[in-house]
Amino acid sequence: MGKTIAEKILSQHSGRDLVAGDIAVVDVDVVFAQDGTGPLAVSQLRKMNFSSVANPSKSIFFIDHAAPSPRKELSDSHKVLRSFASESGAILSDINGGVCHQVVAEHYACPGNIVIGADSHTCTAGALGAFATGMGSTDIAVGFALSKTWLMVPHTIKVNFEGIINKGVYAKDLIIYLIKKITADGATYRAIEFSGSLSNGLEMEERLTISNMAVEAGAKAGIFATDAKTADYLKKQQRGDCFREIFADNDAVYEQVINIDCRTIEPMISKPHTVDNAVSVGKIGEVKIDQVLIGTCTNGRLSDLRIAAGILKNKKIAKNLRLIIVPASADVYLDAIKEGLIEIFIKSGATITNPGCGPCVGVHQGALAEGEVCLSTQNRNFKGRMGNPGGFIYLSSPATAAWSAVKGYISDPREALK
Amino acid sequence: MIIKDRAIKYGNNVDTDVIIPARYLNTTDEAELASHCFEDLDENFSQKVKERKIIIAGDNFGCGSSREHAPVAIKASGVLLVIAKTFARIFFRNAINIGLPVIPCPEAAESINDGDEIEVDLDRGIIKNITLGMEFAINPVPPFIQEIISSGGYINYTKKKLKV
Repeated sequence: MGKTIAEKILSQHSGRDLVAGDIAVVDVDVVFAQDGTGPLAVSQLRKMNFSSVANPSKSIFFIDHAAPSPRKELSDSHKVLRSFASESGAILSDINGGVCHQVVAEHYACPGNIVIGADSHTCTAGALGAFATGMGSTDIAVGFALSKTWLMVPHTIKVNFEGIINKGVYAKDLIIYLIKKITADGATYRAIEFSGSLSNGLEMEERLTISNMAVEAGAKAGIFATDAKTADYLKKQQRGDCFREIFADNDAVYEQVINIDCRTIEPMISKPHTVDNAVSVGKIGEVKIDQVLIGTCTNGRLSDLRIAAGILKNKKIAKNLRLIIVPASADVYLDAIKEGLIEIFIKSGATITNPGCGPCVGVHQGALAEGEVCLSTQNRNFKGRMGNPGGFIYLSSPATAAWSAVKGYISDPREALK
Repeated sequence: MIIKDRAIKYGNNVDTDVIIPARYLNTTDEAELASHCFEDLDENFSQKVKERKIIIAGDNFGCGSSREHAPVAIKASGVLLVIAKTFARIFFRNAINIGLPVIPCPEAAESINDGDEIEVDLDRGIIKNITLGMEFAINPVPPFIQEIISSGGYINYTKKKLKV
């Protein structure tokens, strides 16, 4: 019987022939935590009397969620991570590095790896053909200590994106469309394999956007098979030697196969307060916005910034509106400067912040006021997410966000691309 | 172990941002986390939990962020047990790892009302709704997970295995 990608990768890391439903202890390749979850992981390591990690060169602490620190309590948390990294030899990605998921994709995750991170969007690295999944601090503490974890081998849902993608429609719209279709818990405990003629043509940065949001349908992992685009991406990152072919067997057993004809997909908007509460932009009505965020681990990559800059060039954002742009990593920021994108943003009236999570998680750099509305390219719009339960968060692609920043209310990006 | 108390009932998709908002993640102090538990969902939670210590919820309880502070805050607020139709995956692991009993049981979660008196026998796998006179069987947990629970969480389990 053939195997899914998840079954193959987990089997290779356990030394056993695993099928969906098995529980196994597996070796892990990359382990990480961030400044929200890391201090608790360190405290659990201390409880086990560990001051070292099993594999320092693939153990990373990221300071990205509140970087630079806005409060003394968070400064103390950062200090805990810096001290433990120094003591254990683990890598520290400090406030200058960027969002963990982007940096893991750029520098650490390889096809066929098992990646575990104390952050739910760890599934992002599935775009590279890795089995990448989020866990809590205690699980990650044991992962740091032993380079092992336990997992139940998930059943897999295969999602085939077919056809062509319309102008003004992007990877973000595809994944919001899928989550609306299967709902916020439609893939709980499952791995999703993204396939189909359209998926195979997607660029790596688009795949990262899609894998990033797999968890918004509850999925444990969101995986793409590898191909020439994976190899090219790794080569560009000077990591060509870690490429290997990862694919499912032709006779792999899927719990469900979902075929999506992408020709019918329009720009999508998730409305407050759940990601699956989504409509096409034409059905949104008049929604006036106070703040727009372009960035995050979902849509803060160079191609996202290029799309936004294409729309914002020689335009000004609407009066009484704040546009915050957060490059996902230092590398993205530098490339955006070299290409002149940052100049376009500043001239349009945008505010650029340092690489990191920005205001997405609500601890700094743009918390919402009571009753304010934000349109964001982030992955999650839960009540209170951006620092205020009285705020309203809508989600979209960077194109929709950029055009809406110009108009002052949620608008169809196809108007700008005519 | 037998847990007997009254129910606080919530709906579907109770996410980790409402269980404990990120603006309070600057501490691992359990009492501090508990003082903000559910405050964006139910401003009366801290009063209610003094009298009722079993949470009943719908589908996808604990969805969203991986923050372990969520089950920690729930446990430290005095909650003894959570019964939901279904749990989000990361929350479920985190709860087991830190020793908060979590039971997926759609039938019980559907029928239990806010305020009902509930008795749960974790060893025999039975949920009783005393108020309504109903009884539900809990699906047995895989032995590996049972061993983590009976060790008192994942840290103790690992220490036992490593003999540290």
